[in-house]
Amino acid sequence: MINSLVSIAFDGLAFAMILFIISVGLSVTMGLMGFVNLAHGMFAMLGGYIAVSFVRDMGVPFLLGAPLACVAVALVSIVLERLLYRRLYGADELQQVLLTIGLVFMGIAVCTFLWGPLNVQLDVPLYLKGQVDLGFRRFPTYRTFIILVSFVTIIGLWYGFERTLLGAKVRAAVDNQRMAETVGINIRRLFTLTFALGSGLAALGGALGTEILGLTPTYALEYLVYFLIVVAVGGLGSLRGAFAASLILGIVDTAGKYYLPAFGAFFIFAVTIILLLWRPQGFYAR
Amino acid sequence: MKISRLLAVSVLVLLTMGGAAWAETVKVGVILPYSGPNAQLGQQVDRGFELYQKLNAKGTGGHTIEIIKRDSTGPKPDVAKRLATELITRDKVDIVAGVVYSNNAFAISDVTRKAKVPLLIMNAGTAAITTRSPYTARVSFTMWQAAYPLGKYAYEKMKIRTAAVAYANYSPGKDSKNAFTKAFTAAGGKVVADIPFPFPKIPDFTPFLQSVKDAKPDALYVFIPAGKWATGVMKTYDDLGMRAAGIELIGPGDITQDSELPNMGQVPLGVITMHHYSAAGDRAENKAFVKAWKEAYGADSTPDFFSVQGWDGMAAIHEVVRRLNGKIDADNALAVWKGWKFASPRGPIMIDPETRDIVQNQYLRKVEKRGDALANIEVETLEMVKDPWKELEKKK
Repeated sequence: MINSLVSIAFDGLAFAMILFIISVGLSVTMGLMGFVNLAHGMFAMLGGYIAVSFVRDMGVPFLLGAPLACVAVALVSIVLERLLYRRLYGADELQQVLLTIGLVFMGIAVCTFLWGPLNVQLDVPLYLKGQVDLGFRRFPTYRTFIILVSFVTIIGLWYGFERTLLGAKVRAAVDNQRMAETVGINIRRLFTLTFALGSGLAALGGALGTEILGLTPTYALEYLVYFLIVVAVGGLGSLRGAFAASLILGIVDTAGKYYLPAFGAFFIFAVTIILLLWRPQGFYAR
Repeated sequence: MKISRLLAVSVLVLLTMGGAAWAETVKVGVILPYSGPNAQLGQQVDRGFELYQKLNAKGTGGHTIEIIKRDSTGPKPDVAKRLATELITRDKVDIVAGVVYSNNAFAISDVTRKAKVPLLIMNAGTAAITTRSPYTARVSFTMWQAAYPLGKYAYEKMKIRTAAVAYANYSPGKDSKNAFTKAFTAAGGKVVADIPFPFPKIPDFTPFLQSVKDAKPDALYVFIPAGKWATGVMKTYDDLGMRAAGIELIGPGDITQDSELPNMGQVPLGVITMHHYSAAGDRAENKAFVKAWKEAYGADSTPDFFSVQGWDGMAAIHEVVRRLNGKIDADNALAVWKGWKFASPRGPIMIDPETRDIVQNQYLRKVEKRGDALANIEVETLEMVKDPWKELEKKK
C-alpha cells in the first residue's frame, strides 16, 4: 500500500514537473498579454525535436542538448513574436485563436517534413538509464533527474519572479498594464522577453519530457488540452497556481492509470470540472 | 469469295476462342498504413509482397497483377471503409488485400461482404474477423493461435503461477488477453492484474507497469501492436527494474518483433514469446527469403512477421490468378483458397477450408544473442495450430 502510494507520488511528480515547466510560460503570457496562444505546445514540440537533432544527429552531449534547444526555441519565438504575435495584441480572441492554431498546423507540417511522422525519443545517456537507489527504495534514474532539474528551474523561476527587478516589472504588468506603462516600464520589450522565456521553458520541458509524453508531430495538438487545463485550473499568470494545478493533475492522472487503467483519461477531466466548478477563476486568479 | 468469307469467319472464331488464353489484368487493392506513426508496419507488409511479385513474376500464368495501394493512415476504421468502397466502386478491383489493424478489417469486411469481393487479410489478427464475410480469407494469424498455447505453456513449463495481463485496449488486445487468461487459468494459474493500455496513441507505460511491479506477479503478459509500442514496453520494463524484481516478460511475438529488436538494446535477452514467424527460423525457405530480402532492401533491413504475411499473401493471390485464369469472382476465388497449402518461410501453412482462416505452426521462442545482434530463436514447435477460438466456439 505504502509502496504503491510512493510509486504514484513519484511518477505523478515527474509528470507534473514536465507539465509545469511547459505550461508556466503559457500561463504568464496569457496573464500578462491577454493573448490566447494555442501554439504554445508547438514550442515544446520544437524543443523536443531540436534537442533530438542536437543529441542524435550532431553528437552534442545530452546535458547540453536540452539547454541549447531551449535557447534555439527562445530565438525562434522572438522572431515570431515580432513578426506575427505583436500585430494581434489587443485584437479580439477569435483572431488570436485563428493565428495561433494556424501556426500549430504549420508547425505540424514542418516537423513531419523535417523529422518524419514516427515517434522519436531523445537518447538518454547510459548514466541516466536504469534505476537509482535512494536508500529506502529504487526509482527510475531518468525520472529522478527530471524532478531534480525541474526543482532547480522552479527555484530559479521563483527567485526571478519574486526577487528581481524584471520579475517585479512582470508582476506589475500582469496586475495593471496601463499603470505599469505610466511609471515607465517598457511593456513591449517586457512582452518579448517573457514570451521568449516562456517559449524557452516550454522547449526545455519538451526536450526533457519526450520519455513521458512521446514526440510525434501532432504533439502540439494532443497535449494542448493538458497545458490549457493547467492554466485554467491554476489561474492566469500565477506561478503558484500553475504549480499546484500541475501537481494535482499529474498525480491524479498517474493514480488513475495505476489503480483503474480502464478509465483512461476520465479522472483528469473529472477533476478539472470539479476544480473549475469550485473556483471558476482558478486557484490563484489575479 | 466464299473461301475468303469462310476464312474471315474462322479467323473471328479463332480470335474469340483464343481470347480465353489472352493475358488478363487483375486489379488488387491494398489497404495498409503507408503514413503516420505506424507506417513502418505497412512498409514491412508492402516490401514482403513486392518481393514475392519481383521474384515470382511468372507465377501468374501470364496474367498481369495491378496493385493499387491506399493509405489507411493508421487504426482508422472510417478511413479504411471509405478506401475499400472507393477501390471497389471506382477502381473496380477484383481483390482487396492488406489491412494491418483489426478495427479496420471489421470495417472493410462490411464493404467486401456486400460487394461480394474477396478480402485477403495480411495481418489483422482478431479471431472473429473471418466470420464477418464469407469472402474473407486470412494468411496472417489469429490472436488466439499464440496466446492460448502460451497460457498453458507458461503454467506448465515455465512454472508461472501468477500473471499480470496488459494489452492495447482494442479488439485484438482483448482477444489476446482473453485467450491467454482462459488457457492460463484453466491450467491453474491466477491473473492478478488486468491492465488496458489506452489506444491508439502510444502511452507512457510507467504508471501502468509500476502497478504491475508492485503487485509482484511471476510474469507479465503483454500484447501491443508491435512497432514502437514494443520498444516502449521493453524500455519501461527495463527502467522499472522488473526483471530484477523477478517478473518475467512474456507474450506473442509482437513484443520482440524481429525488425524492432535492434532498437531495444540488450533488454529482451531471455524473453519468451509464442509466435508464427522468426527471421532466425532454421528452414530452407526462410533462409532463401531472408537472403532475398537483404539483397533487395539492404543488409541492415530485417524481415519480420508482417513481411512474411505480405509474401504469403501475394503467393495466395498468384495462386488464385493462375487457377482462375485471370478471371476473378468471389466464390471461385474462395474455392481456390480453401485448403490452399504453401511452403512459407514460416513453415507449412494452409487455409482451413471450413473457417477460411490460417492453420500454421506456432513456435516457442527465446531471445538470444546471435553474433552482435539479438534474435528470436525457435525452441519448440507446435505443429499446424488451428484457431483455438473457432475450435472452442464449435464445441459450444
